[in-house]
Amino acid sequence: MSDIQFAAPQTVKDAVKCLAGAKGNARVLAGGTDLLVQMRTGRINPSLIVDLKHIPELRSVKRDNGGFRVGAAVSGAELGANAAFKSSWPGVIEALELIGSTQIQGRASLGGNLCNASPAADSVPALIAAGASCTVAGPKGTRTLKVENVATGPGKNALKKGEFIVSLSLPKRAKRSGDAYLRLIPRTEMDIAVVGASVNLTLDAKGVCTAARVALGAVAPTALLVPAAAKALIGTKVDDAALEAMAAACRAVCKPIDDMRGTIEYRTQVAGVLARRAALIALDRARGNA
Amino acid sequence: MSKHHVSTTINGDPTEFLCDTRQTLLDCLRDELNLTGSKEGCGTGDCGACSVMVDGRLVCSCLMLGVEADGRRIDTIEGVASGDTLHPLQRHFLEEAALQCGICTPGFIVAAKALLEHNPNPTETEVRYWLAGNLCRCTGYDKIIKAVMNAAAEMRGA
Amino acid sequence: MGNEEEMQKIIDYSGREFRYVGTRTVRPDGFDKVTGRANFGADFTANGMLFGAVVRSPHAHAKIKSINVDKALKLDGVKAVITGKDFPKLDVNDKMVGEVVVSYYDMGNNVIAREKVFYDGHAVAAVAATSQEVANAAARLVEVEYDVLKPVMSIAAATKKNAPILHKHVRTGGVEPAPTKASNVANRAEFKLGDVDAAFAKADVIIERDYSTQTVHQGYIEPHACVASTTTDGSVTIWCSSQGQFMVRAYVAKLCGIETSRVKVIPAEIGGGFGGKTVVYLEPLAVMLARKAGRPVKMVMNRAEVLRATGPTSGGIARAKVGAKKDGTLVAGEIELTYEAGAFPGSPVALGCMTGFAPYNLTDVRCVGWDVVVNRPKAAAYRAPGAPVAAFAVESALDELAQALDMDPLELRMKNAATEGTQAPYGVKFGRIGYQETLEAARQHPHWSAPLGPNQGRGIASGFWFNIGGTSSAEVMVNEDGTVIVATGNPDIGGSRASMALMAAEVLGIDVARIKPLVADTESVPFSMLTGGSRVTFATGKAVIEAAQDAVDDMRRRAAKMWDVDIDQVEWENGCAVCIESDQHKPLSIADIARKADKTGGAISGKANINATGAGPGFGTHICDVEVDPETGRVTVLRYTAIQDVGKAIHPSYVEGQLQGGAVQGIGWALNEEYVYDQNGTLRNTGFLDYRVPVASDLPMIDTVLVEVPNPGHPYGVRGVGETPIVPPLAAVANAVSRAANRRLADLPISPPRLLAALSKG
Repeated sequence: MSDIQFAAPQTVKDAVKCLAGAKGNARVLAGGTDLLVQMRTGRINPSLIVDLKHIPELRSVKRDNGGFRVGAAVSGAELGANAAFKSSWPGVIEALELIGSTQIQGRASLGGNLCNASPAADSVPALIAAGASCTVAGPKGTRTLKVENVATGPGKNALKKGEFIVSLSLPKRAKRSGDAYLRLIPRTEMDIAVVGASVNLTLDAKGVCTAARVALGAVAPTALLVPAAAKALIGTKVDDAALEAMAAACRAVCKPIDDMRGTIEYRTQVAGVLARRAALIALDRARGNA
Repeated sequence: MSKHHVSTTINGDPTEFLCDTRQTLLDCLRDELNLTGSKEGCGTGDCGACSVMVDGRLVCSCLMLGVEADGRRIDTIEGVASGDTLHPLQRHFLEEAALQCGICTPGFIVAAKALLEHNPNPTETEVRYWLAGNLCRCTGYDKIIKAVMNAAAEMRGA
Repeated sequence: MGNEEEMQKIIDYSGREFRYVGTRTVRPDGFDKVTGRANFGADFTANGMLFGAVVRSPHAHAKIKSINVDKALKLDGVKAVITGKDFPKLDVNDKMVGEVVVSYYDMGNNVIAREKVFYDGHAVAAVAATSQEVANAAARLVEVEYDVLKPVMSIAAATKKNAPILHKHVRTGGVEPAPTKASNVANRAEFKLGDVDAAFAKADVIIERDYSTQTVHQGYIEPHACVASTTTDGSVTIWCSSQGQFMVRAYVAKLCGIETSRVKVIPAEIGGGFGGKTVVYLEPLAVMLARKAGRPVKMVMNRAEVLRATGPTSGGIARAKVGAKKDGTLVAGEIELTYEAGAFPGSPVALGCMTGFAPYNLTDVRCVGWDVVVNRPKAAAYRAPGAPVAAFAVESALDELAQALDMDPLELRMKNAATEGTQAPYGVKFGRIGYQETLEAARQHPHWSAPLGPNQGRGIASGFWFNIGGTSSAEVMVNEDGTVIVATGNPDIGGSRASMALMAAEVLGIDVARIKPLVADTESVPFSMLTGGSRVTFATGKAVIEAAQDAVDDMRRRAAKMWDVDIDQVEWENGCAVCIESDQHKPLSIADIARKADKTGGAISGKANINATGAGPGFGTHICDVEVDPETGRVTVLRYTAIQDVGKAIHPSYVEGQLQGGAVQGIGWALNEEYVYDQNGTLRNTGFLDYRVPVASDLPMIDTVLVEVPNPGHPYGVRGVGETPIVPPLAAVANAVSRAANRRLADLPISPPRLLAALSKG
């Protein structure tokens, strides 16, 4: 019955070995805020749980070629306390910090949020907009995956058997860059995003947008990178016309569902609204970072 | 299948217990250690009634496995008062009627204590957002927020 | 703290001075509650205890063809399995007719299904095993064969022609001629005064509109839990959290076929009830399992079970029609309410009919209510049952009327307010009430005149609840050191122990710190009606006052003996017996008298067993400010003030707490709470993630004003306060949103997708 094995390896190598040798369904454990809920409802029935939190690479936040390398099992509370990361990527932090409550923040991780692959995951659009990638370890060695390619469908990800994310890498921040994440929820906290929107942009010295990435959450089976939305901003001063074009591009890619959190119509409409508002915040931050 | 032998520190006391992989920290506290002050209101991390501190971090004990407590420091509601001296938060909750049925109170006290350790001078908004993961159905939160802010003021010596 | 005094006022219309009553003492059970020591339902263990699990129907509507428990029984560690067949058969006519009709047949069926299941989550069997995990695994091994029927999930579906019938024996009551065909419409109720059709003909302006609300749950944070233990001689002991240990005893005895005197119920602390724990779910199951297994059985619901299978309150539809003269005088009012009873008849629709127009002076009014069964859990009481939905309709209609008349909605209510002598729609003439005073307090309150910004709106709404009296018992026992124990039989759901202590202190004349209020079990205090109906501070309080007076009289007799004087020489002042005419006899404190108790006749106590009458109704008026985000439909509550006539606030802090808590439940009901079922009748939102109760960051402070117009029916003027606060907020919020959005929102909850859709309609 409850013969779930439990392992707490101290190195990546040991973790890979442990997962490779597992009979039946093995699951990795970071914060457990999704895993334990799904075990409780019977949705997941693992035979082995591998706690990754004793592996240093998964728990550290390091500078890396001017960018950041964040361990996949670093908690929201820990990452939020990292002043350098927060000042480079306030949008990623605000996305991560929106997940659940303070208690959830004490455990929830970027790696877990990404791999759980909920279409409404809060941190994912922000990571996509940031251009993040992840380092994956597995029985065949390590590989890199762009964050937007991790989730393949609701609750499904591109990791193969025995693989897990070691760390997420965020690129070096260009000058005059800013990112922001907004989500729509009916209450003020504690809800799953009905719509999520993230905008990351860079301006030149004249205030013209030279680079942008726009991502949406909860409006499709996976979080979406919206190149057409970015295109609407690049080369402009992010004025009202550009913002409206961006919002329209966002609305156009939405493929949401009707569920107890929102309707198709509602999500599509609000996706445009939030993208616009997030873009304005990102713009403000980019200007402040000159 | 044999159980895990967990060695931990709970409210400052070295503590050992046995548990299955499947048992949450909340299950272990309540069923193995008889520390029933932490409550199960939902089992899914949505109500905060099971709030405890793990290595100084506020978490829901229903979303952590008991076996993960090995080598860690756990602080529960039972350790908030010092002997028979109540913590200022506990005192303010009593004096300001910040509880009605009392089931959510342990969770709120642990969470509020964590807040004040993190930020001794929170604004009302900061208090409300920090405590958003603690549900109360009786009070409408008003007196809870006031008690926390007044306790904070007292602790600051203000 | 100056802020607090401004915002939380008490307006006293009695002018009476109290010494202890009205002070903000620390509640006696508080220490245990802030340290985690207090024992709630799930905190008990018994020696040799087993763990129970319930097998629940996954179908909303089905016949049970067979139940096979063989595999479950074979699992190691399983000690007992029960089904409906283990329970005494019930007669369809078995009911208790009191203030409400309680059908034991329906109750028994609800606790465990017999031939049919009526909702997703309906209990069909239960197991007891040596661990919770084994019990859960065993529950999964119970094989139930169902003949799945079409679920009936809404009033519309239930009342459609050829709708599947839930109960073949149900015929619509309250209609003439009495129908012969089975129906999902269980009952019709009607209350009327005068001739409403003729009166409408005289109106200058008529507002008529349909409203709708959804199923919402009481949302107590503590799931149901109990431990039941039986002995071979047939005695049963139950530890459980409930709103009435005597209620649990009576229902368990009835449903399990046990003599009342053999069942002992020990009340645990209760983690919220709001009416939802005035019935039993697990206790009869635990008792039968304990009997079969020969060991105590613990049963605790998880949150999904609470939402799926315990009584929410009725969702419903309402049509309200109000007519007035140009100057705002109401001439006629009409409501037709249709409430979902859930799986078995008995929604509070009649109470909705009685309360909706109660705040207003109307000589011509008609209120009709329909009770309809649907495949949802059986509705249970939720704080002023029936009233919030009716008030939502009436108060929204009045708001719309005020707009049509271009009149201040507060002035409209002032003009038509019920006062002493006004006849309520259900016939009773009000005694001294404080409704007008709440309106006056609203008018004076800074909230009413504060400026509003863009996309902001202000709503005002009133509400009424009867409050009840009922049977309560109290014993006041004097200890040898002069301290006192006050024992009553009502669970403390909101701080009532503190109020009992204060009232006893007032009579006895001693400090509250020397009084210990006790919530006694069913073998230690005479029968007490349950904790509900806003009755405890009123009725049990009255019993405490009378019992304390009885103890005082006993102590006067003892003092008379000690002094060798006549008892009419002995008065009671400041906690002492005082000899009227002689200086020679110094006053005797309770401790002095208690020390000599043996010599003067034995232990000293007082008691009172009463059926309290004279309960005073409570009226409330709430003001709500909201801001609407027109691009997303999100509503933010900016400011909220709850004003209520509370009679006399025995402990003002806990009275304020009732106003604040009820208001916030109403805000949740108005904005985000609702049950969501799929087309198969399966509940989709079985947790607090998607059953959205308000969180701390959703709300501002809830300002309160306690208006004290004393109830002449209580020695200290007490009115019940607990239920009225949930009656006004649905309309207060909806009226605020309607004004901010410039259109009438008549369907709750006003969640963002619904509001944005309404705004898009132009």
